[in-house]
Amino acid sequence: MIYVKKPGLLSTLQDQGRIGYQKHGVIMSGVMDPVSPRIANLLVGNSEHEVVLEITMLGPTLVFEQNTIIALCGGDLSPRIDDSPIKQWSPIFVKKGSTLTLGQAQQGCRVYLAVAGGFQVPEVMGSKSTYLRAGIGGFKGRALQAQDNLSIGTPSPIIETKIKELEEQTTNDERFLEMKWYVASEFAAPFQSNSLHPIRIIKGREYDLFTQESQQSLFSESFTISSQSDRMGYRLEGSTLTLNKEISLKSEAVAFGTIQVPSNGQPILLMADRQTTGGYPKIAQVATVDLPVLAQMKPGTTITFEEISLEKAQKLFLERESNLQQLAQGIHLKSIQEGFQ
Amino acid sequence: MVNYTLTPLGDHAIVIELGNEITLATHNLVQSVVAFLDQHPFDWVTEYIPAFTTVTIFYNPLLVLPKTNQTTSASPYEHAVNQLKPYLDNLEENYSEVGRTVEIPVCYGGELGPDLPYVADYHNLSEEQIVDLHSKGNYLVYMIGFAPGFPYIGGMLEALATPRKDNPRLKIPSGSVGIAGNQTGVYPIETPGGWQLIGRTPLPLFKPESESPTLLKTGDVIRFKPITKQEFDSYKEDEA
Repeated sequence: MIYVKKPGLLSTLQDQGRIGYQKHGVIMSGVMDPVSPRIANLLVGNSEHEVVLEITMLGPTLVFEQNTIIALCGGDLSPRIDDSPIKQWSPIFVKKGSTLTLGQAQQGCRVYLAVAGGFQVPEVMGSKSTYLRAGIGGFKGRALQAQDNLSIGTPSPIIETKIKELEEQTTNDERFLEMKWYVASEFAAPFQSNSLHPIRIIKGREYDLFTQESQQSLFSESFTISSQSDRMGYRLEGSTLTLNKEISLKSEAVAFGTIQVPSNGQPILLMADRQTTGGYPKIAQVATVDLPVLAQMKPGTTITFEEISLEKAQKLFLERESNLQQLAQGIHLKSIQEGFQ
Repeated sequence: MVNYTLTPLGDHAIVIELGNEITLATHNLVQSVVAFLDQHPFDWVTEYIPAFTTVTIFYNPLLVLPKTNQTTSASPYEHAVNQLKPYLDNLEENYSEVGRTVEIPVCYGGELGPDLPYVADYHNLSEEQIVDLHSKGNYLVYMIGFAPGFPYIGGMLEALATPRKDNPRLKIPSGSVGIAGNQTGVYPIETPGGWQLIGRTPLPLFKPESESPTLLKTGDVIRFKPITKQEFDSYKEDEA
């Protein structure tokens, strides 16, 4: 069990999303950064799709009421256990009674907390993701509140044995134990940095309907993520993007990373809690491999865009998945052979 | 042969466009693609979203590549298109299956339909006449979007078209039946909105715990049936 002393700004349980119900108008939800939580899960011996706590901007204070293994991946919100700073991208054994505190986002915007065994909440339509507007999934369909008690699921037998071993190895004074190994920074870096490398986009279905000027502005100007941004979408402020002539489009499907332009000319970049369909012209679509970077951008961050071909975007996606697969094998071997030391 | 176009929606989806106008013929084509996808699922298709003139297929680029030859030069998109084309080329304009008819009981007016007097005034008709016209329409669910089970339907009589409210309500209760411009519809979950509310149904349109989580599906035929406040209340009690 984990006791929520302070909930933070917006802490919700999310997995890889609710798949297969969009035809019924049910949004996917799921994690904003599709990669960091997969790594966090691997580090604690979970399936990479297990539900994690997505912590946004300002973190919660959580009290562990049982021994467990945790991992934090994604943005840096200065995690501390009982006042000692702790490592991210590495498994950490946490003892019963310890308090995990997360502060303001220093780098990135969101951090993902995975616990061995996952969080024990019911699946709704095949997913444990919180769908805030409909009030379903996750923990009672809502963000965490003070005094919530989160149940932890049963870890794999291997991890359960490790937890017992680690308990015996630690002295009474030790509140937690950091493992010596961690995920190579090449995996962590793109998600941690706010480095302003361009977000790669594929031209959208209605790209050609925009004025030449607007098409140029999209690639040459920068846009700022407005404070009116949330899990549903980022509103971008910058050059006004206009169509050659007014048209009326029929609503159709949109996706994670779709950049649509409403009539005021200020683009909206659709994120995890997007609606299933939309009627605004779609000027572009973010390459899947750059979604994690985007998810770690705070309101106020400046974005620039760079064109990428569909072929290249898919090639990079396949490469990323193969790297993640290798990482998964590496982590598995590490935890089996060397244990959590 | 049916005219269609295929375009990518980013690196994980393909849009099949089956027409330019919202017509029954295009709707039938959309439904035949949906029927095909339901009956012959490709293992690389993760899900699909039907809309007025399109069906968008979401896919996993990892799964679409031939397993024996992952180093093929063709992109996952090209592989997906190559697999879809033979079917789409043989698509015929003969889909005529009539969808299910779903009867939606509505308690019109009063506290459950606070804008009914406004709508009646706007058209210089009595409230009874508005209810009569609204419940006589033949409605077809062209697509579902915006919210779980929210129907984009066709078939409302032009005579009922009423502009949206100037000041949208912050909370529209779930089950509210409204009119906005020349559209009518039912709100499955509580949301803000500017529709003129003429009634409310006791039927839940969104049931997340049920195996079929939404009452309405693309292709359904809707009938609105007027009920009394007593019937509305007793329905609620039955549910509880």
